Amino acid sequence: MEKDLGKEIMQMRECYRKGNTKHVTWRRAQLKGLLSFLAEKEVEIFRALNLDLGKNYVEAFRDEVGLLKKSLNLALKDLKTWMASKEAKLPSIALLSYAELVPEPLGLILVISSWNFPMGLSLEPLIGAIAAGNAVVIKPSELAPASSSLLANALPNYLDTQAIKVIEGGPAVGQQLLHHKWDKILFTGSPKVGRIIMSEAAKNLTPVTLELGGKCPAILDSLSWSWDKEVVAINRIIGAKYGSCAGQACISIDYLLVEKPFSSTVVELMKALIKKMYGDNPRESHSISRIINKHHFLRLKDLLTDQKVKDCIVYGGSMDEDSLFIEPTILVDPPLESAMMTEEIFGPLLPIITGAIPFSCLEKSGLSSGQLDKIEDSIDFINSRPKPLALYAFTKNEVLKERLVSETSSGSVVFNDAIIQFAADTLPFGGIGESGIGKYHGKFSFDTFTHYKAVARRSLLTDLWYRFPPWNNYKLELLENTYNYDYFGLLLVILGLKRSRKTFHVN
Amino acid sequence: MLMENKAENKAVFDAESAKEVVKELRDSFVTGKTKSYRWRVTQLKAMLKMLDENEPQIVAALRDDLSKPEFESSLYEIQMLKNSCRLALKEMNHWMMPEKAKTSLTTFPSSAEIVSEPLGVVFVISAWNYPFLVSLDPVVGAISAGNAIVLKPSEMAPASSSLLAKLVADYLDSSCIKVVEGAVPETSALLEQKWDKILYTGNGRVARIVMAAAAKHLTPVVMELGGKSPVIVDSDINLKVATRRIIAGKWGCNNGQACVSPDYIITTKDYATKLVDSFKCELERFYGNDPLESKDLSRIVNSNHFDRLSKLMDEEKVSSKIVHGGQRNEKNLQIAPTILLDVPVNSLIMKEEIFGPLLPIITVDKVEQSFDLIHSSGGKPLAAYLFTNNKKLKRKFVETVSAGGLVVNDTAVHLAIHSLPFGGVGESGMGSYHGKFSFDAFSHKKAVLYRGFAGDALLRYPPYTPGKLTLLQALLSGSIVGIIRALLGWFWA
Repeated sequence: MEKDLGKEIMQMRECYRKGNTKHVTWRRAQLKGLLSFLAEKEVEIFRALNLDLGKNYVEAFRDEVGLLKKSLNLALKDLKTWMASKEAKLPSIALLSYAELVPEPLGLILVISSWNFPMGLSLEPLIGAIAAGNAVVIKPSELAPASSSLLANALPNYLDTQAIKVIEGGPAVGQQLLHHKWDKILFTGSPKVGRIIMSEAAKNLTPVTLELGGKCPAILDSLSWSWDKEVVAINRIIGAKYGSCAGQACISIDYLLVEKPFSSTVVELMKALIKKMYGDNPRESHSISRIINKHHFLRLKDLLTDQKVKDCIVYGGSMDEDSLFIEPTILVDPPLESAMMTEEIFGPLLPIITGAIPFSCLEKSGLSSGQLDKIEDSIDFINSRPKPLALYAFTKNEVLKERLVSETSSGSVVFNDAIIQFAADTLPFGGIGESGIGKYHGKFSFDTFTHYKAVARRSLLTDLWYRFPPWNNYKLELLENTYNYDYFGLLLVILGLKRSRKTFHVN
Repeated sequence: MLMENKAENKAVFDAESAKEVVKELRDSFVTGKTKSYRWRVTQLKAMLKMLDENEPQIVAALRDDLSKPEFESSLYEIQMLKNSCRLALKEMNHWMMPEKAKTSLTTFPSSAEIVSEPLGVVFVISAWNYPFLVSLDPVVGAISAGNAIVLKPSEMAPASSSLLAKLVADYLDSSCIKVVEGAVPETSALLEQKWDKILYTGNGRVARIVMAAAAKHLTPVVMELGGKSPVIVDSDINLKVATRRIIAGKWGCNNGQACVSPDYIITTKDYATKLVDSFKCELERFYGNDPLESKDLSRIVNSNHFDRLSKLMDEEKVSSKIVHGGQRNEKNLQIAPTILLDVPVNSLIMKEEIFGPLLPIITVDKVEQSFDLIHSSGGKPLAAYLFTNNKKLKRKFVETVSAGGLVVNDTAVHLAIHSLPFGGVGESGMGSYHGKFSFDAFSHKKAVLYRGFAGDALLRYPPYTPGKLTLLQALLSGSIVGIIRALLGWFWA
């Protein structure tokens, strides 16, 4: 296996070296191939996602197939523009020159994707890597086996198999892949594995893009909103929590920050709206994904075993191990030191933090009182924790909006909605600190897999004679003026009208 | 300053001291002080003043460390830095402005922008060859992006290192910008800490250590490394101009001890002799009969590097290939500009980065073969140069040669162009800086999306139905007709 893998990768590198993947026709053909794959295999994709995650086909289209088609169309439309060299402005030292940035592919790319959006997170990076003209290996997650094998079996029929390969496997295969030299690695997953990948990449000086997660907070400002706006806000929160792979998404809302007096209204409204979306028996609704596997099911179950946490459940909480189903669940004020509030939840459990914050955490977060009295206190609360991938705030307060943008740090900030930043091609998608390194989506995907080569051209006609030794103060003065773009000074020195200011000498 | 304080109660700068330094800077950063436009401007102006008022001291330190000619010090270190400061002062308010981003129908109605925010506390590890430039140029970028900074200059240029420590403490805000002097133990202690970005200038071996340390904290890195930067010389050129420009980039840049210096030349067999003759003539004009007497050449940094270079010259199959120069003075650590013709490709001098005043010339039958030669050497160098008037050759060069930067008909000048990113690819590094790229290297580009409450489509929410799918398909494809059709269909359904 190890040997075969080495051989396969060597052949891919050979293929890249021949230069095929650099051609615009090759890139176009592959992007179109991907489009055909999505069109012709749509039903199979929906089936695989349903098998792996119980994902409803509308959700599968909204979050995976549909977004991929949109990205492909954008890449096909803008490819020529992206591939064009960009002219750079020049200073006077480089008289009669021309400078430009030439985008060139990096070479051999490794994409290690994750199980929660097994199609989207495998193919979205692939679109960027292909558009940039690279050879690519995708390792889908073994935890979504139906999707992984669909990619491995069906994708080769649509793409150039010499330059694009799907390699299936678990951590052992991942480990083997990491032993080889890549020109870029894009990984989606946990910070723990992200660290392993980056230290392996260091051995070959391979740059990495790490798409990690973190606890993404959502702030719900009370204000005196009209009832219908509250409904819209809470609909969006429910959609972003339970409606995106049952909370198993890196940009899913992890917990909600609400002012104490407002919290009971929020809980009541949520209960009503969850019922409206998922019915009286959410398990039968087929509109909510199940938990990926037993391991994660038990992890989520464990989060609730702590009696102090269990006592905080105000809605839901039922689970079925056989069907790996967990009901949309709401908790109010679980202890901040519990695993529920220290680990990324990645499931359909939504803690609402309103206050009653233990004293030990107060000092750390710098809060002045035991409650989240003012929604503004949430800024300190957020800043006392690792930087999240996304920060959501539902508010009409412009001052708060401004303060959140300038005083907190996260991969992205979204006001009055959630998740949709993922669909915006013009915004970079990526984390900061614990939530990741690098960014992609749209043109940023192209940039992630591109080296912008600096190219300067000159003619051999002219030369500033004062560029060369033997050095003297006269030449120094001339060069200084050139560097400062001081044409007038330059003229004066050349004409001998300006005295050199240099007085110290080399002994 | 810092080292002096520490020296009183602590003998060594250990992990504990490193932790303290980082904590102090993080505390300053959290206050938001460095984020203000005013702080950034004040620091950049202070740096300009520092460079203005201390030019003789800087020149003297560089003379101590490298015998660097005053001309080179003044121009390539002080002037370049001043230019960076001036550019940042002039452009910073534009750089800091949020960038508007277009939004699509899918997320309508909304507005979006990309906000540049400082990363936090950053660590700059610099090198000895341009001790001021490669230390302070990244610092200019880190300041303009609003970060707190620790700078660790190279211990191999001790006079420069201690002058940097003194000047930075005297002129810049020491609660946010610090210099820590030291060698491997100090650097290791610092690398154990959590940083928000590390910019390292140096070699690939240490870069791997730095990146592995960074991985533990998920810290992004910029690696400014080197490599064997080739020069291809075609035969249809203005030989005198080409020769001079190669000399300026090789011996005129710290006697070849620069990461963008030409490492070796590839030319045709027929042209090689002409080229060598031209080098002999121009080198004598620039550096005189006895280059070891010339004040216009830097010396080798230390005896380790002197020995390393001597070994490259003295290898059996190489020493006989010297066609010009070869003089050296071990006591003064001097090596004269040396040209070697037709060295074997498997010799040491063709395997490692030379980083000194030796310039091997490799010959090929046809100039086009140069590209294969560069490819077969494997690595992607920091720079590659071509001298030619042949348009086809230029195009092929730009298309096929992969390097951090390419220059046609000159050497090393791309470094001075602020509108070009400076950085390598593959073995020559990752990430880039200079000008606006420095600001970007030390900024986080935060995506910010503003939405109102109107225009919410129920189709986003469960319960999911086939009608919702059709409408979503239309929405995501951006087709107006499709949307209308789907809407009508949906209402009828």
